[in-house]
Amino acid sequence: MPEKTYTEALNEALHQEMDRDDTVIVIGEDVAGGAGTQGDDVEAIGGIFGVCAGLGKKFGRTRVIDTPITESAIVGTAAGAAMTGLRPVAELMFVDFLGVCFDQIYNQTAKFRYMFGGKASTPLVIRTAVGAGLSAAAQHSQTMFSTFTSVPGLKVVMPSNPYDAKGLLIQAIRDDDPVIFCEHKLLYAMKGEVPDEDYTIPFAEANWLRDGEDLTIIAFSAMVPKAIEAADKLAEEGIKCTVIDPRTTSPLDEESILESAEETGRVVIVDESTPRCSIASDISSIIVDKAFKALKAPIKKVTAAHSPVPFSPALEQAFIPQTEGIIEACREVLGSN
Amino acid sequence: MKKEELLKVYKTMRTIRSFEEQCDKEFMQGNIPGFVHLYAGQEAVAVGVCSHLSDEDKIGSTHRGHGHCIAKGCDVKGMMHEIMGKADGLCKGKGGSMHIADLSKGMLGANAIVGGAPPTAVGAALTAKTLGNNTVAVAFSGDGASNQGTTFEAMNMAVVLQVPVIFVFENNGYGEHTGADYAVGSKDIAKRAEGFGLPTYKVNGTDFFDVYETAGKAIKDAREGKGPSALEADTIRFGGHFIGDPQNYRAEGELDKLRAERDCLKIFRSKVISDFDLKEEELNLIDKEVNALIEGCTKSGLAAPMPDSKELTSDVYLNY
Repeated sequence: MPEKTYTEALNEALHQEMDRDDTVIVIGEDVAGGAGTQGDDVEAIGGIFGVCAGLGKKFGRTRVIDTPITESAIVGTAAGAAMTGLRPVAELMFVDFLGVCFDQIYNQTAKFRYMFGGKASTPLVIRTAVGAGLSAAAQHSQTMFSTFTSVPGLKVVMPSNPYDAKGLLIQAIRDDDPVIFCEHKLLYAMKGEVPDEDYTIPFAEANWLRDGEDLTIIAFSAMVPKAIEAADKLAEEGIKCTVIDPRTTSPLDEESILESAEETGRVVIVDESTPRCSIASDISSIIVDKAFKALKAPIKKVTAAHSPVPFSPALEQAFIPQTEGIIEACREVLGSN
Repeated sequence: MKKEELLKVYKTMRTIRSFEEQCDKEFMQGNIPGFVHLYAGQEAVAVGVCSHLSDEDKIGSTHRGHGHCIAKGCDVKGMMHEIMGKADGLCKGKGGSMHIADLSKGMLGANAIVGGAPPTAVGAALTAKTLGNNTVAVAFSGDGASNQGTTFEAMNMAVVLQVPVIFVFENNGYGEHTGADYAVGSKDIAKRAEGFGLPTYKVNGTDFFDVYETAGKAIKDAREGKGPSALEADTIRFGGHFIGDPQNYRAEGELDKLRAERDCLKIFRSKVISDFDLKEEELNLIDKEVNALIEGCTKSGLAAPMPDSKELTSDVYLNY
C-alpha cells in the first residue's frame, strides 16, 4: 500500500470527493490563496497547512472559494449553502478562531434540523487545525473537543493517523449532518499506509490499536501515537495494554470503551485538552456510570494543565501530556490494586 | 399591478395583521408559551419584498418573523399550531414562534439570534450562484441586527463573492427597548451599508408600493447577476419588543398617531380604492375571509395534541 502523509491523505480525500460530487465546495481563508493578486490562476498556499493544495487549479475558484478573514460569514455562508443544496467543506484555519463564529456553529448550524422539526439537513464539514506543540501559544494551540462534543446536532471527529484522516474525511463529506473535523497540527507530517482509492470509516467505530488484558488506554488525536508508545514500552516489562482510539467523540463508540473497561478493569484516558469538563472527564463518567463494578482501580486521566497553552517550548512541553506521564499513570492504576 | 394581484397582496397583509392580533390575544390568555414578537405594522415590507419571490427563492428571517413566514407562503394553520407548541405544528412544536421554517417554501427560518440569519442567506445565495438556478436570497433584519458584526461580515462576504442576496433592513425605530436613533451610530443604515460596496435603497416601509417597486429592482438585478444590494425600510411596530412589553419608552400619543397616520393596511386600502378602482366591499370581504381563516386555525390549534415526549430526541441528527 502506498505511504502518504496525513496532509496528503486529507488532500486526496478532498480531490476525490470534489471529483465525485459537483456540489462539494471548499470555502475558507486562503484555501487557494492569491485571490485578488496577480491573477486567478495563482495558488498562493492551498490552505494554511497545504491540505487544499491543487484544488483551486483543478476545480476553479467557483468551487474553491477564498474568503476574507471573516469566520462568522465563512461558517454561516457554508451552513446556508449546505441547507440549500451544496456540500461545503469550510476551513476554519485554527480551532481557536471558533470564538468569533461560535454562534453560527452552535446556535445556527447545529440546531437547524431540530428547530425546524427535522426538515432541514446541513451537510457541512468544518475542517480545523487543533493542538499544541508548535509554540503557537494560547490562541493557536487549543483542542476544544469537549466544547463541540457538548453541542447536540454536531458530530466531532479527530483522526490520529493518515489512513483514518482520509477515510473519516470522506465519511464526513458524505454525512448529512454537520461535522467538526479536527486535524492535529503535529500529525500533518505523519506518514502511513493510505489506499489510493476512496473509502470511508464509519463514525462511532473505535480503533483497537493494541490488545492487552492488564489495562485500557483510551486516547484521542495526537495522544494516540503517545499512548501506543507507552503501551509498547510497558509491554517490554510484560504489562499488556489495550489501546483504543474512539476516533469520534460525537457519536461515541461507548460499546468498545465499556467492553474494554469491563475486560481490564483499569482505565487511563489521555486527552490533550485542559482537564475540567473535558472529553477525558466525560468518558470517565460514562465508565463509572455503566461499568463501575468492573473497575479494579480508580480511572486515571492524563490531560493538559488547567492553563492557557503557553508559548515557551519548555512550558508547552510541560502542558502537553507526554509518553512518560502516560506510563506513570498506567503504573499508578496498576499499583493501586 | 393587476386587480387580482392587489387583492392577493391585501389578503396577505391582512392575514399577517389578523394573525398577529390573534397571537396577542391567545398569548394573554395563556395559550401560547414562550416569547412572542409581533410583526404588526410592518406588513408592507414582508409582502412588498416577498411578492417578487417564488418558492425556490430563499429568505432568512428574524425573531419578529411571523410576517415573513406568511408572506413567503408558509401554511398559516401550521404556524399557529407551531406557536402553540403542538405536535402537528410546522416544526413539530420543536421551534416555536422564533424558529418557524418551511424549506419547501424557501423559508430558512425565523431566527432568535439578532444578526443570526444574514450569513445563512449569503450561503443560500452562494448555492444559487453555484448551481446557476436563477434564484435569489433575502436576509430580513431589523435596525438592531444592522449593528451586529455578523451582518457586517455577511454584507462584505456578499460583495466579495458577488452573490444574489438582498439585505432588507426593517427600521421600526426600536431595537428591543432602545431607540434606533441612539443605537445606530451613523443614524443611517442604508448609508452604512453603502460603505460595504452595495447599491442601497431607502423606502417608506409603510407604503407597499414603494417597497414593492424598489425591492423589485433590487431582486431583478440580483437575478440578472448584478450582485447583492441593501434596502432600508422606514417602518413602525404597533407592539412592543415582545407581547407584554409595557412600552414605556414610547412618547405619549405615539401609538395613536402611528395608527392614524402610518398604518400600512389603511394606506394600502385608500390607495387601491382611489388609484386602482378597487371597491371597499371587495376589501371588506377579504377581511371576513381572513378572520374566518384565523379563527379556524386558532380553534384547531387549541384542540391539537401536544407532542409525545418520545419526540424529544428525534431530529437532532439525520443519523447518529
